Amino acid sequence: MNLSISALDYQTSIKNGDFTVEEFISKSIEKINSVEDNLHAFLLKMNDSALEKAKEIDRKIKSNQNVGKCFGMPISVKDNICVAGYRTTCASKVLEDFIAPYTATTVDRLQSEDAIIIGKTNLDEFAMGLSTEYSAYGESKNPWNTDYVPGGSSGGSAVSVSANECVASLGSDTGGSIRNPASFCSVVGLKPTYGLVSRYGLISYANSMDQIGPLTKTVKDSAFLLNIISGIDPNDNTTRDEKNQDYLKDIDVGIEGKKIGIVSEMTSSEVLSDEVLNSTNDAIKTFESIGANCENIELPMVPYAVAAYYTITSTEAGSNLARYDNIRYGYDFDSEGFEFNSYISQARNKLGPEVKRRMILGGFVPSAGHAGKYFLKALKVKSKLVSELKPIFDKFDFLISPTVPIQPFKFGEIKDPIQFMKIDYNTVTSNLTGKPAISVPYKIVNGLPIGIQIMADSFKDHSLLQAAYALEKTVKLPEVPI
Amino acid sequence: MAKIGLEIHCQLTKLESKLFCSCKADYREFESNTNICPICMGIPGSLPLLNKKAVEKATLIAMALDCDTPPQIAFFRKNYFYPDLPKNFQITQLNADGYDKTSIGWEGTITVDNKKIRIRRIQLEEDPGRLIYEGATERTKVTLVDYNRAGTPLVEIVTEPDFENPHHVRNFLNILSDLLENLDVSDPGLDGAMRADANVSIEGGSKVEIKNINSFHDLEKAVHFEITRQQSLAEREIEIIQETRHWDDKRKITVSARTKEEEEEYRYHLEADIPWVNIGSKTKNELQVHMPESISSKRERYVSKYSITSQVADILSSDRYFSELFENAKDETNAKDVANMITTDIMGLLDTREKRDSSKLNAKHLSDLIASIKSNKITRSSAKLALDEIIKNGKPLLQIIKDLDLGHVSDEDTLSNIITEVLNEEATAAEDAKQNPEIINFLLGKVMQKTHGKAEPELTLALLKKNLGI
Repeated sequence: MNLSISALDYQTSIKNGDFTVEEFISKSIEKINSVEDNLHAFLLKMNDSALEKAKEIDRKIKSNQNVGKCFGMPISVKDNICVAGYRTTCASKVLEDFIAPYTATTVDRLQSEDAIIIGKTNLDEFAMGLSTEYSAYGESKNPWNTDYVPGGSSGGSAVSVSANECVASLGSDTGGSIRNPASFCSVVGLKPTYGLVSRYGLISYANSMDQIGPLTKTVKDSAFLLNIISGIDPNDNTTRDEKNQDYLKDIDVGIEGKKIGIVSEMTSSEVLSDEVLNSTNDAIKTFESIGANCENIELPMVPYAVAAYYTITSTEAGSNLARYDNIRYGYDFDSEGFEFNSYISQARNKLGPEVKRRMILGGFVPSAGHAGKYFLKALKVKSKLVSELKPIFDKFDFLISPTVPIQPFKFGEIKDPIQFMKIDYNTVTSNLTGKPAISVPYKIVNGLPIGIQIMADSFKDHSLLQAAYALEKTVKLPEVPI
Repeated sequence: MAKIGLEIHCQLTKLESKLFCSCKADYREFESNTNICPICMGIPGSLPLLNKKAVEKATLIAMALDCDTPPQIAFFRKNYFYPDLPKNFQITQLNADGYDKTSIGWEGTITVDNKKIRIRRIQLEEDPGRLIYEGATERTKVTLVDYNRAGTPLVEIVTEPDFENPHHVRNFLNILSDLLENLDVSDPGLDGAMRADANVSIEGGSKVEIKNINSFHDLEKAVHFEITRQQSLAEREIEIIQETRHWDDKRKITVSARTKEEEEEYRYHLEADIPWVNIGSKTKNELQVHMPESISSKRERYVSKYSITSQVADILSSDRYFSELFENAKDETNAKDVANMITTDIMGLLDTREKRDSSKLNAKHLSDLIASIKSNKITRSSAKLALDEIIKNGKPLLQIIKDLDLGHVSDEDTLSNIITEVLNEEATAAEDAKQNPEIINFLLGKVMQKTHGKAEPELTLALLKKNLGI
């Protein structure tokens, strides 16, 4: 039994009776127990309930009952996505004891297909960060080299898939939080079109851009999971009905004759490290070799995208996190003797430094005297980006770039917040415009992964997955060394 | 001359559920914090789900106030910390993002005392929870929060400063309240369902806002006080500063509220969880078709079609409950009598919400009653007794006439005996009546007294005349 198998291979193996669900889950738990001290992908392990569920599904299989498409495959869930009855902490001390009263639609749909939720994964506090260094419960480590960050904010999810602790994971992506760790840990990470996947049960960071998506071992697995988690949800007014599209259908149609735009701003030597630049040039050649027509394009708003992204997300975060005032739920803190405002500031002392930074920013940039200079300007950049992309997607099927301008860095290596923010350079555009984007593992250089990002027009998630699959087929990467 | 503008908040109490969740819009019957759910409590991971009916009802109000209604509306967040706000922001429609006219209604008018009052804006928003202050002494004082109200659909109506005096303001509020009730969107009589803040300025002075006013009556007083206060400042050449003042209910004065910087800092931004809502011409036509007849059109119809006096028509049309009763009880022949019975008898008997709610009277009772009077089955005074009883137990009129023995005394022998009795007792009056026919009415009254109002009037009169030989 090989824990590194894809979700689709797992499905086949169970159907063939190669092993039982219980055997696979037990082995996954063993794996988790052996690597977790080192990697720290999980904030919560759900071993007991997972084993119980495994036995139940085995019984169903044995007695020829209907079994869901996931056949008990172990899936991990980022700890900002609610699973009823379990703690959902957002890697924050503020939600240390928050037991979710409901299950997120995405998780609910997976469970209805007999997926087994194996645990809740680590993240940067409230999904604000790209390294898991800002988790209040300690960082996760990159399985390719544990001196390096796994990326983030869905770092725990990427690590759990990469280190074969589970078959797949659900993450969330507001500015790259699925794609960045997917790239750093050499797994596939898909940020679907905004509105394609329900956000019900996802604890909001910046709700105009937050999106749940899969982190998987293969592109096909992402399509498989998207089939299950996407679609209209009465609990989320922003979801759209995509008429039960089958994202696995014709996934191997290829990329012959497709037009690909190479985003100059995202591929210039000024923003990319040498290793990433070389890999990108290599990827462009690969795309051409499999029949795509690549052409350089310009998106002049891209250099302003990061600033716009942080301005808008801070504004929304300031609002979304305002509810953590310790009045209706929270932690033990005596309000006696405090005036309301000083009480609030006291109550919020449990928030970590990055969250505080963004909330302070979020209190400032949209404020009455400053909105014109910051927040309203950021909204303009956003709408300009949308209008820049419109004619481009009339002409091109896909846009490509490296997912992250650099390779994984060492813990503590980057301290300057501006340097940090710039790492989001290539990922935030798809969030600001709502477009789908995927990170596909492409190279391992100096023992560390590099991923290529493909972006498509809104609700073209199906053809996006076809392009990603075409690229993936050309790639042969070493096994993760853990 | 003073300039007065109003900000009215009206709950859409006729809706089934809250603005963004399925909790009840009518929170009043619940024990504290039992009409709540993850959405209206802002529990992490929950998302607001827009009540489309609320959008329709609010649009109906905008249309009834002759507002422009944009084809698309949007919601925004107003961010501030307050214990009654579960999310520490309110979902409303005001914005500072540069979006034009994205709230329910704009630039309407309504006529009050022959003057046009301009409506600046109408928006849909959520009501916060309620703070309850308990404890008699400073030491035992506690603030309790009840979130049952949090998320109740609220319509804010903002007027231009077009009112000139407190009386004008009061008349407007009465008319608006009747209008909202007539549209079947709200029950403004419910405690806290309709609230208003005022802004007042006099020539040369800054605008002063008055908040914290609990009733229309107090609002009228507060505006009056504020005008007087500002005028006396102006007379003494003291500057009137722009500020918010609270109405002190006990001392009946306005007092300056502590001006806090953050009071003005709401960091408005788009609520991305609720997509923009299209309100197309199809929806608007649909609403227009089903819009209840306006009060003024009802009034005109009552006068022109049924020859009801304008005074009675006025009273009847402006009250949804009674005009509905009228519409259901009236036919081509009895309309005037139905209208009169409602305004002279029934309104007095059902003068409070509690009495209306518990009343068993229906339109059939009313039309039967009028028919019985007309056909001389019972007298008007018996009808009043019957009404009392109907309101209490709702039994059919025939049954009540039987139970209370309200039928006419129309037996000639019985009546003749009583008349003889009366003429003996009132010998002088009987003599006078032969000269002055007016006095007969007095004698008729006496007969009525002895029969507890049941004597058949025409027969009694005839017998009286016969007896007196006139």
